[in-house]
Amino acid sequence: MARADTLPAKPSSLLRFITCGSVDDGKSTLIGRLLYDCKGIFDDQLAALERDSKTSGTQAGAIDLALLTDGLAAEREQGITIDVAYRYFATEKRAFIVADTPGHEQYTRNMITGASTADLAVILIDARKGVLVQTRRHTYLVSLMGIRKVVLAVNKMDLVDYSQATFDQINNDYTAFAAQIGLEVVAIPLSSLKGDNVTACSERMPWYQGPALLAYLETVDIAVSGQSAPFRLCVQWVSRPDQNFRGFAGFVSSGEIRPGDRVRALPSGRESQVARIVTYDGDLAHAAAGESVTLTLTHEIDIGRGDVIAAADRPPMVADQFNTTVMWMSDADLLPGRPYLLKIGARTVSATVTAIKHKVNVNTLNHSAAKTLALNEIGVANIQVAHPIPFDAFSENKETGSFILIDRMSNDTVGAGLIQFALRRSQNVHWQAVEVNKPARSALKNQKACVLWFTGLSGAGKSTIANAVEKQLLALGRHTYLLDGDNVRHGLNRDLGFTDADRVENIRRVAEVAKLMTDAGLIVLVSFISPFRAERELARALFEPGEFLEIFIDVPLAEAEKRDPKGLYQRARRGEIANFTGISSAYEVPEAPDLRIDTTRGTAVDAADAILAKLRELELLTADF
Amino acid sequence: MTLPRAETTHLHRLEAESIHIIREVAAECERPVMLYSIGKDSAVMLHLAMKAFFPAKPPFPLLHVDTTWKFREMIAFRDERVRELRLELLVHTNADGVASGVGPFSHGSAVHTDVMKTQALKQALDKWHFDAALGGARRDEEKSRAKERIFSFRTAQHRWDPRRQRPELWRLYNTRVHPGESMRVFPLSNWTELDVWRYIDQEKIPVVPLYFAKERPVVERDGALIMVDDERMPLASGEQAKLRRVRFRTLGCYPLTGAVESDAETVPDVIAEMLRTRTSERQGRVIDHDSAASMEKKKQEGYF
Repeated sequence: MARADTLPAKPSSLLRFITCGSVDDGKSTLIGRLLYDCKGIFDDQLAALERDSKTSGTQAGAIDLALLTDGLAAEREQGITIDVAYRYFATEKRAFIVADTPGHEQYTRNMITGASTADLAVILIDARKGVLVQTRRHTYLVSLMGIRKVVLAVNKMDLVDYSQATFDQINNDYTAFAAQIGLEVVAIPLSSLKGDNVTACSERMPWYQGPALLAYLETVDIAVSGQSAPFRLCVQWVSRPDQNFRGFAGFVSSGEIRPGDRVRALPSGRESQVARIVTYDGDLAHAAAGESVTLTLTHEIDIGRGDVIAAADRPPMVADQFNTTVMWMSDADLLPGRPYLLKIGARTVSATVTAIKHKVNVNTLNHSAAKTLALNEIGVANIQVAHPIPFDAFSENKETGSFILIDRMSNDTVGAGLIQFALRRSQNVHWQAVEVNKPARSALKNQKACVLWFTGLSGAGKSTIANAVEKQLLALGRHTYLLDGDNVRHGLNRDLGFTDADRVENIRRVAEVAKLMTDAGLIVLVSFISPFRAERELARALFEPGEFLEIFIDVPLAEAEKRDPKGLYQRARRGEIANFTGISSAYEVPEAPDLRIDTTRGTAVDAADAILAKLRELELLTADF
Repeated sequence: MTLPRAETTHLHRLEAESIHIIREVAAECERPVMLYSIGKDSAVMLHLAMKAFFPAKPPFPLLHVDTTWKFREMIAFRDERVRELRLELLVHTNADGVASGVGPFSHGSAVHTDVMKTQALKQALDKWHFDAALGGARRDEEKSRAKERIFSFRTAQHRWDPRRQRPELWRLYNTRVHPGESMRVFPLSNWTELDVWRYIDQEKIPVVPLYFAKERPVVERDGALIMVDDERMPLASGEQAKLRRVRFRTLGCYPLTGAVESDAETVPDVIAEMLRTRTSERQGRVIDHDSAASMEKKKQEGYF
C-alpha cells in the first residue's frame, strides 16, 4: 500500500559543495556512487547511461559514469566538458547540491563559478599520485572564493593496497600546505570504484577511525553563510501596492533583524527604524541571513533598488575606487580603461579597471606584471565606479563584497571580482571649483565648444578631411585644435604600442585631452582610427549631450589598401606590422554615427563642406548668449 | 535560540532563493511573463510569485500555451486558480497548427510538440514582446537541464546556444539583452521533484487532481498507459478503455502522458511512493524518448 502514515523525516538542512578533480581522479565515479546510493539517479536514467556507454563511452562498453556528468550532446561528441553541472541528492538528514566542475586549468572559470555558491569543497586526489600541481590550484581557487572547509578525498586506495602509510604521507603533505592558507581540512581515504568509505565505512581500512564521506557531509557544521555578520539587505524591489504601503523587498545577505531595530540606508546614509517584517505567511518577529523578506520603515526615507539597508551601528562602507581581485571569464581580454558594467547586490554601475597590479599564477601562486587579463587569468586590480556604492570587504561578507563585470556591447558576463578594500585616494582627490567656465570661454570665441571625432580605417582620409575642416573653420574665425593620432603618438602617447590594451589607453588619454580643450572653449578635431565601439562610447560619455560628434570616415578595406598612402597595408600583409587595424586587428564599424562620410564619392573638400553644413545645422558655430 | 531555526531548513533556503530570482526578473526585465503550464512545478512557481510580491500581486501576467490536447481537468483547474487569485492569464494557441489539424495522433509526438508547443510559445513571446519568461523547469529533470543557467539567454530566434551561456556566480544574475533577445528564467532550478512535493505538502498548495490515484479509463500504447480523456482518442476496433487505478507523475498533452498504477491518494502518499520508486518522472513523457539528446535539440530550437 502506498499509504503514508509515517513519512521518513525530511532533510532539515542543505549543504552545497563543489567537487574538484579530474575524470582521472575518479571524480565522476565518486559522484555517480553518491547519486546512486542516495537515489539521486533513477533506473531509467541508468538504463540510458548503459545505452550511451555502448555508443560513446570510454570504458569499452562498460558503464561510463563520466557520461552521467557530461550532459550535453555537444560535450559527449567532442569528449569535453563545457560547463558546471549541478547534481542533487538527499538523505534523511540533509539535502545536497553538488557543483561538478572540470578540473583542468582551462576551466578555472567554471571552477570559480561552482565555488561561488558552495559551502564546502571536496578535493580529490589519486592515492597513487599524491598532491599534484592541480591539487594546489584547486585548493587556492576554493580558498580565494571564501570556502573554509575542505574534504581531502584520497581516492583509489584499492590501488595502493589500502596502505595507511600512503594515506598519512598525502595527508601530511596536504595539511601543511592547506594550513598556510587557513583551511580546515578533513582527509578521508576512500575508493569510489569499490565503495570504500563513500556511503558506508570500509572494513578494508581498519586503521581509519573517521567517518565515511557521506556521514561527514551529513554532519559537518555549516552555519548559513553570513549569519554572524552585521545586518545587510540589498533592496531588489520597492513594493507600493497602494498609497499606504511602502515596502522594501530583498534577500537578507547577512545578520538578523527585528522590528524596532535601527537601520541605515546606503549610500544616502539616512536612518530609520524597522516597523514590520512583512511576508505572505504573516509578519515576522525576526528574520535572518538567507531569507527573502519585505521591510517597512517607520520614517518615509527615499530608498530605491540597489540601495543597501544595514544595521545602523555597523553600516557598510561607501566608496568609488577599490582594490579588488578580478577573475577573467571571457575570450576577449580585459582592457584597462574600457568601461564595463559592474553588478554588486542589486545595483549595476559603470566601472573601469584603472590599473592591474599583478596577475597570479594559479599553479605556483607567483605574481607577475600584467597589462591585461586573458580568459581564466586572475589578477589584483584597481577598479573605479561611476558613482559611490555601498560594499563590505569580501572577507567580511561574501554577498556585499562580490561583483560581476558585464561587457556593454555583447552583454556577456566577462569577469567576476572580490573587493578587498576601498582606495583612500577616492576620498582625497577633490574637484577644485573654478569660476571662469566653459560657456564663458566659448562665448568669447563666438562658438560652442565641441569635439569632432573622426574614426575610420588607416588610409580612409581622416587626417586629410579633418585638416580641410580646420582650414575652413579658421577662415570663419573660429578657434580650433586638431589632435592627430600619429602626432599624439610621438609625444603624450609614445609609451603606447598597438595591442588592444594600449589602443584603449591611447583613446582614453586623447579623449581626456579633448575634454580639457573643449573646457577651454575650443572646437577640437580628433583624428584617430579608434577602432573599438566601447572606447568611442567612453569618449562620448565624457562630454555633454550634443557636444560630441562621431564622424565616420567610411572606406571599404580594399579601397584603403589600394590607396595605402603610407605603405602600411603592404607591410601589414607581409606580416611586418602586428595588430594592424583591418588586417590583424578588428575595426568595429560605428552603428549610429552622427555623420557618415563616404570617401568613395567626392573629394576631401566636399567632405569638409558636408561637415560644416552639419555644424551649422546643429548651431555649433554660433555662441549661445 | 538553540533550536534549529525554521529559516535555515532546506526548503526555506530553496524558497528564499527562488523568490530572489523572481524579484530580479520583475525589477530588471522590461516585459516579463510567467509561463503557467498548470502542473505541479507551475503551481509551486506561482505560489512563490505570490509570496515574492506580497502584499502586492505579481507584476506580470501568466501565459498558458494551450496545445488543445491538455487534460480537461487541467484546463478547469487553471481557470479556477486564476479566478481565485485574481491574476491576468494570457492563453495562446497556434492557430496555424489548428487550421492544419496538427495533433499527436495524426502527426506524431515530434511534429505535434514542435508546432503546438515550441512554435506556439515563440509566437506568443513575439506577439506580446516578452523579454523574459519564467518557467518551472528543474535541473534534476534531465541531463541537458543540469547545465542550464537560471537565467538562460535566448537569441532573437529564441535559440539556446550552450556555448553562449553566461557564467552565473553568487546571486548576481546578468539579465541584460539586446532588443529582440530574451531570457528564459528558471527559479526552481535547484529544486528536485521530491522538494516540489514536500513544499506542496508544507504549503498546502492546490494541484490538479490527476496527480492522485483514482480509477481512470486507460488504454495501453507502446507500454505506456494513456488515459482516454475525450473522443479524439482513436481506438482499435473492439478496443475498450479499461478502468485502472492510476495517477500521473507529470502532466502534459493527454495522448503523450503515461499514467502509473498507484494507490497514492494524498500528497503524503505521493511522497511515500516517490521515496520507493526507481524510475524518473520523465519516463512517463513520450516526447523525451523520440531521439537521443532530444531535449537538448528541442531547447536549441526554442523549446522551454
